[in-house]
Amino acid sequence: MSDAEVKNLEALFEARIARDEKIEPKDWMPEKYRKTHIRQISQHAHSEIVGMLPEGNWITRAPSLRRKAALLAKVQDEAGHGLYLYAACETLGISREELYEQLHSGKAKYSSIFNYPTLTWADMGAIGWLVDGAAIINQVPLCNTSFGPYARAMVRVCKEESFHQRQGYEIMLTLCNGTEEQKAMAQDALNRWWWPSLMMFGPTDAESTHTEQSMKWKLKRKTNDELRQQFVDQTAPQADILGITIPDPELKFNEDTGHYDFGPIDWDEFWQVVKGHGPCNKERLEARVNAWEGGAWVRDAAMAYAEKQEHKKVAKAS
Amino acid sequence: MKQDTLYQYILGIADNSLILGQRLGELCGHGPTLETDIAITNISLDLIGQTRSYYQYAAGLSDEGITEDDIAFLRKEREYRNVLLVEQPNTHFGYVMVRQFFFDVFHLLFLKELQQSADETLVAIANKAVKEVGYHQRFSSDWIKRLGDGTEESHQKVQEAVNDLWRYTDELFYMTEADKAMFNNDIGVDLSHLKDTYYETITTVLSDATLAVPDNTYFQKGGKDGIHTEHMGYLLSDLQYMQRTYPNMNW
Repeated sequence: MSDAEVKNLEALFEARIARDEKIEPKDWMPEKYRKTHIRQISQHAHSEIVGMLPEGNWITRAPSLRRKAALLAKVQDEAGHGLYLYAACETLGISREELYEQLHSGKAKYSSIFNYPTLTWADMGAIGWLVDGAAIINQVPLCNTSFGPYARAMVRVCKEESFHQRQGYEIMLTLCNGTEEQKAMAQDALNRWWWPSLMMFGPTDAESTHTEQSMKWKLKRKTNDELRQQFVDQTAPQADILGITIPDPELKFNEDTGHYDFGPIDWDEFWQVVKGHGPCNKERLEARVNAWEGGAWVRDAAMAYAEKQEHKKVAKAS
Repeated sequence: MKQDTLYQYILGIADNSLILGQRLGELCGHGPTLETDIAITNISLDLIGQTRSYYQYAAGLSDEGITEDDIAFLRKEREYRNVLLVEQPNTHFGYVMVRQFFFDVFHLLFLKELQQSADETLVAIANKAVKEVGYHQRFSSDWIKRLGDGTEESHQKVQEAVNDLWRYTDELFYMTEADKAMFNNDIGVDLSHLKDTYYETITTVLSDATLAVPDNTYFQKGGKDGIHTEHMGYLLSDLQYMQRTYPNMNW
């Protein structure tokens, strides 16, 4: 294809996006669009399956049968999200094995929040309330993103995440209405998860490298800082209802702007975790690699069995 | 308690689901593929759901004002009535599937009989559970075939699990005093009656999977009378951790 032809296709492509048309896997797309989407969708899929680990950590210790069942269902939902996000990503011409390989080698990223440890039952509440809450704010705009398979996957993901968030908040509410010990457990969880949750929106707009292009492709509709502000505005009153304190002495409602002001984020910590040196980066990646490598013989067996069955069928037919 | 025997009988059924559900819950996020991960979590979820129905029924029979969680979390090891099979560890995927398969075949036969019980509540629980367990058995049988007739490595691994877990199969048919009493009241299932069909089904699937049926006839039992293997204490220390550390609280 000549440069002029490519330019022409690009112009048509950008016009389709401007008209809010969905781009489907078989449509022509610029290579950079394809690559950016593989990066973002796979990062999202990896976050779902790595995200199973910190919560999976409490399944065997859930305090009641009702909570155990709800937590199992939640972690299973996350596996389901991973599954259809990987499937959406595969439509862009990359295999699941390649995507796993990128995760296991450290080339692909996943949400840094899952590199923090889950130390008490209250962390199951805090993750639902804060982490899923932040995820929803990040993800709702993606229901209208330009790439069809991703947008459709996100509609379902967002519905389930919103259920998870209510469930998490309800865990917090139960703790905060419980004994002093339970309330202290809830406060401690908020103290540990608050700042990492704010970091989930990514670096400040000034530092964000992908924002401009992503806005153009409707892969992003608001900037990191706008989304972060929305999260703080939404969450601060919820903490008041719970009767626990957000660990930020500078957090205060600003009558003039109509928003909450909040204190500075520790970006050194953010970059440390992103670069692989958070409290649990090593453990999370190891768990994924062990599951994959330890399960190789099982996948090989399934393949070999399927081939044998296929041979039998062919032999019968002939 | 007015209906102590029925209460004990229900626990004998439900504890199997609780302990196996707990074991499977350990695997969440660590499966060999995302699809098996989801399926195993699903089975765990079904089993915990069944457990809740049974325990809620049992709690209602007790005049001590107890809840499903008291029954699940606050008994001593000797008071759990599950068979030894379901408490065995997740040594590797072969063990997980063989344990599941050995239990599912029994579980399905059992529930089909329980559907004929004179106790309406047990019939209602069995009617719901039988559909779930039918799926469990399909899933585990399919995997036994894949692993048995897959690669040399998988064949050897799953055969090892079959050989090791075989000794726990006979206990499934052992009848406690509560089992016998409930059978005589038309509420419970005659377990000895299920045995032949059980081993026939097991043999058929193992043969399809090119696996050898062990000829070992030295079996282990004790779980149904509360005498467990050494694995049980560790399983319970996870299961009971919150309720023991923070007693008398709502969660």
